[in-house]
Amino acid sequence: MNLTLHVWRQKNAQDKGRMETYQAHDITPDMSFLEMLDVVNEELVAKGIEPIHFDHDCREGICGACSLVINGIPHGGKRGCTTCELRMRNFKDGDEIYVEPFRARAFPVVKDLMVNRSAFDRILQAGGFVSVNTGAVPDGNAVPIPKTDADRAMDAAACIGCGACVAACKNASAMLFVAAKVTHLAWLPQGKVERERRVKKMVAQMDKEGFGNCTNYYECEAVCPKNIRVEVIARMNREYLRALPKKIE
Amino acid sequence: MKLVNPANKRKYHVIVVGTGLAGASAAASLAELGYNVKAFCFQDSARRAHSIGAQGGINAAKNYQNDGDSIWRLFYDTIKGGDFRSREGNVYRLAQVANNIIDQCVAQGVPFAREYGGMLDNRSFGGAQVSRTFYARGQTGQQLLLGAYSALIRQIGRGQVKMFPRTEMQDLVLINGHAKGIVVRDLVTGKIESHAADAVVLATGGYGRVFNLSTMGLGCNVTAVYRAYKRGALFANPCFTQIHPTCIPYSGEFQSKLTLMSESLRNDGRIWVPKKKGDQRPPNRIPEDERDYYLERKYPSFGNLAPRDISSRSAKEVCDEGRGVGPTGYGVYLDFADAIKRLGKHIIEQRYGNLFEMYHLITDEDPYEVPMRIYPASHYTMGGLWVDYNLMSNIPGLHVIGEANFSDHGANRLGASALMQGLADGYFILPYTISDYFARAGAQNISTDRAEFRAAENEVEDRIKKIMAVNGRQTAESFHKRLGTIMWEYSGMARNETGLKKALELIPALREEFWKDVKVLGEAEDMNQTLERAGRVADFLEFAEIFAYDALNREESCGAHFREEYQTEDGEARRDDKRFAYVAAWEYKGVGIKPELHKEPLDFENVELATRSYK
Ligand SMILES: Cc1cc2nc3c(=O)[nH]c(=O)nc-3n(C[C@H](O)[C@H](O)[C@H](O)COP(=O)(O)OP(=O)(O)OC[C@H]3O[C@@H](n4cnc5c(N)ncnc54)[C@H](O)[C@@H]3O)c2cc1C
Ligand code: FES
Repeated sequence: MNLTLHVWRQKNAQDKGRMETYQAHDITPDMSFLEMLDVVNEELVAKGIEPIHFDHDCREGICGACSLVINGIPHGGKRGCTTCELRMRNFKDGDEIYVEPFRARAFPVVKDLMVNRSAFDRILQAGGFVSVNTGAVPDGNAVPIPKTDADRAMDAAACIGCGACVAACKNASAMLFVAAKVTHLAWLPQGKVERERRVKKMVAQMDKEGFGNCTNYYECEAVCPKNIRVEVIARMNREYLRALPKKIE
Repeated sequence: MKLVNPANKRKYHVIVVGTGLAGASAAASLAELGYNVKAFCFQDSARRAHSIGAQGGINAAKNYQNDGDSIWRLFYDTIKGGDFRSREGNVYRLAQVANNIIDQCVAQGVPFAREYGGMLDNRSFGGAQVSRTFYARGQTGQQLLLGAYSALIRQIGRGQVKMFPRTEMQDLVLINGHAKGIVVRDLVTGKIESHAADAVVLATGGYGRVFNLSTMGLGCNVTAVYRAYKRGALFANPCFTQIHPTCIPYSGEFQSKLTLMSESLRNDGRIWVPKKKGDQRPPNRIPEDERDYYLERKYPSFGNLAPRDISSRSAKEVCDEGRGVGPTGYGVYLDFADAIKRLGKHIIEQRYGNLFEMYHLITDEDPYEVPMRIYPASHYTMGGLWVDYNLMSNIPGLHVIGEANFSDHGANRLGASALMQGLADGYFILPYTISDYFARAGAQNISTDRAEFRAAENEVEDRIKKIMAVNGRQTAESFHKRLGTIMWEYSGMARNETGLKKALELIPALREEFWKDVKVLGEAEDMNQTLERAGRVADFLEFAEIFAYDALNREESCGAHFREEYQTEDGEARRDDKRFAYVAAWEYKGVGIKPELHKEPLDFENVELATRSYK
C-alpha cells in the first residue's frame, strides 16, 4: 500500500519545528510502524534529506523507548500496543497519517520525534526504590507474600516508562506513571517500610518537573500499552493521604 | 585477594559503561561501597538497556522444589551445557552466588511469581532436569533490570553515581598500559569528550547484531569492546554465538528485528513438522500420525526441552529437508493444543498470556487456535573480551562483565543463565574483585588534560570526519543487511571450511565498499542517528573477520559451534578435546590482518569430560 505521512520535523530543542509531508511506498501489512518509517528514511536518504529521528531500541514493546503520537493518539490507539508493535495491517492504502512527538512541558523535544523524558528518571530517583544495599538480605522465601498481592504488584510493575500517559493527558499529568511505581511497591512487604517517604517525595518531584494535575479524564489508561489501570491512581491517593500527617526527613 | 579500606574507597573513581543488568548492578554496588562512579549508556534512560527484553527467567539452585537441585548440579549443568568449553572455577563461583541474587532481588521488591502459599514459584528451562528458574510472568528481564536500576538511581540521588545517558563510548584510553579512561560522544550534541578514572568497567552487552537480524535491541553493538580490542584487549571465542530456537520467523526484506518467543514456552508447547515434504495443509488438518515431533523422537529424555543449540540445529535440519512450514518454508510449529486440553486455556493464559498476545499482534494469528510458527535466530553471544578470574582483561584496570565478557557459558549458554551471570558479576563478584586491582595500582587522580586523552579524542574525531566525508550512495543500514547475510550464510548455525574462507573474502570486500560508498547525512556536531549507525556498522565490518577466523580455527563441533566436517554419523556434534580444550583469545594486529591466537588451556579437575548427550 501507499501512504501519505505528515511528520513533525524539528532540528533541535531551540528550533520551532514544522510538519513535512512525505510519501511511503510499497508498505506491506506485516511491517511494524517503525519499519515503515525505516523504509521512508531509506528513501529520504537517497534523496539527500536527513532521515526522521525517533527513539526506539527493543522493537518488541518492552523497553519503552519508542513514542510517537499517531493520528493524535500516543502509540496509535491499538489497545495494549506500543508503536513498535503496531503493524501496518491496521492502516489501508491511501491513508494519510499524522506523526508527532509526545508533547508535554516536561518532555522537551530533542529532535524531530524524540523527546527528553529524563523527568521520569528524576521522579523515580526521588523515592522509587527500596533502600537496600547489596548483601545483607534475608532468604527470598523468608517472608511469604500472598499470590494475589504479588500479582497486583506485578500488574503495576509492568509499566515501561514510555510516557504515553503524559502525552495523552490534557493536563500532561504523570499520575499513572508515578502511581504505578507507588502501587507496585505498596503491595509488597519490602516496599511498605518506606511507603510514606516514597509517596511524598515522588509526588513532590512530579510537581517540580512541571507535570499537571489529574482531573480524572482517564485518557492515560486508554493509551497505556501495558494496560495499567487507573485504580493505581486511587491507590496512590490513599497512600498519599495516609502519609500526609506523617513527618519524613 | 587484596582489599581497599572503607575510608579509602572514596579516593577511587570508576567508569562503568553500560547499565544493563551487569552494569547497573555493578555501578550501584560499587557506589554503595563508597567508590565514585560514572555510568554511561546510549539509550535515553538507564532503564532501557537491552536486558529489559529478557523474558523467561533467571536460574538459581535454591532447591525450593525439593527436586534434588544443588550448587553442584547447577555448576555441572552449566559446564555441560557449555560443552566443556568454560572455566571450572568461574562457573562454580557463579553457581555459588546465584542464590544470593534471588534474595537480593526479592529485597528490592522484584515481583517474582509466587505460589498460593506465598512462596516463590519456579519453572523449567532447557538443558536441566530440575525446576530452578525464577520468573516474573514473561517479563523477568524487565523486572530484574528495574530492580537494578532502582538501586542505581538511589545512588544517583545520593550523588555517588553520575549518570550519562545518550552517551556512546568511542574509545578506551590507556596510560602506561593501564585502562584509565574513555572517550565518548554525546549523542545529543555530537560533542567528543573524555572521562578519566582509576578503572574502567565494560558492561556493554553482546554482539549478536553482527548477523543484523537478531532478537537483540537495535542499538546493541560491538563498538565498546571492539575499540578495547584494538587497544590490546584479547577477544575470546568470538565464534561462540547462540542461535535461539524459538523466534518468530523472518517475513520480508524490510524486517528490522526478529522477535523471541521465550524458551519457557517449550515447557508446554510441542514442536513438530509434517512428516511429508511440502505438506501445505493447515496444521489443524494434519493428523497426529502424519506429524513428526522430532525433538521428542530424537531426544526422548529431554524432548522439547533439549538445549538451544541442539533444538536450533534440528529445526534447520527439518527445514533443509523441505519439511518446514509457513510462507518461506523456514519455520516449525510450536503447538499448545495438548497443553490447552490438559490444563485448560486459563492456565496457559496465566503462564504465557503476554507472549501469546505479542505473537498475535505481530503475526495476526491466534496461538490459542493455531500453532505458533517459530524459527531460530541470533540471540546471545558467549564470546567476548577475555577476562581472568577477577573479571579483569589482559589490560590492567579494564574489567569486563555480563554478556560482554566470555567467561561462563563456554560454547553454549543454557536458558535463564545470562541474567544470572550479569547480576552475579555486577552485584557480587566485581565489587569485590576490583579492589584487588585498586589495592595494587593505588588511586592516581588522573586528569583528562593528559596527552593520551588528546590523542584518543583526535583519533575518534578523525574517524567520524572520515565517515562523513565518504559521501557515497548506500546507507549504513544496507551494508549491515549485507554483512548479516554473509554471516548467517557462512558463519551461522552450521559452518564449514569452504564457507568460512568465502566469508573471509567477502567481509573485507564489503568493508572496502563501505568506506568508498557509505552515505551519512546531517552533521557530526548534532544528534545524528545515521552517523551512530554507520559507526557501529563500521566496527561490525572489522569484527566479523575475527569471528570468521575463530570459527575456521576451531576444527571441532562443540555447543553452538557446529562445523559440518566434524559430526558423528547421526549428525551430532563431534568435539575434539585433545586439540581444542582451550579458550581461543585473539590479539589485534591491524585491520584486515589475521589476529594472533593465544590459547588458554582448560583444565577440568572436578568434572569429567563427557560426550554431551541429551538422548
Ligand atoms: C529477547 C531476549 C530474551 C532474553 N531472555 C533471557 C532470559 O529469559 N533469561 C536469561 O538469562 N537471559 C535472557 N536473555 C539474555 C540476556 O537478556 C542478556 O544476555 C543480558 O541481559 C545482557 O546483560 P548485560 O548487562 O550484559 O548487557 P545489556 O543489557 O545488553 O546492556 C548493555 C548496556 O551497554 C550500553 N552500551 C553498549 N554499547 C555502548 C557504548 N558503545 N557506549 C555506551 N554504552 C553502551 C547500553 O546502553 C546498555 O546500557 C535474553 C536476551 C534477549 C535478546
Ligand atoms: S522500541 Fe522498545 S518499546 Fe518500542
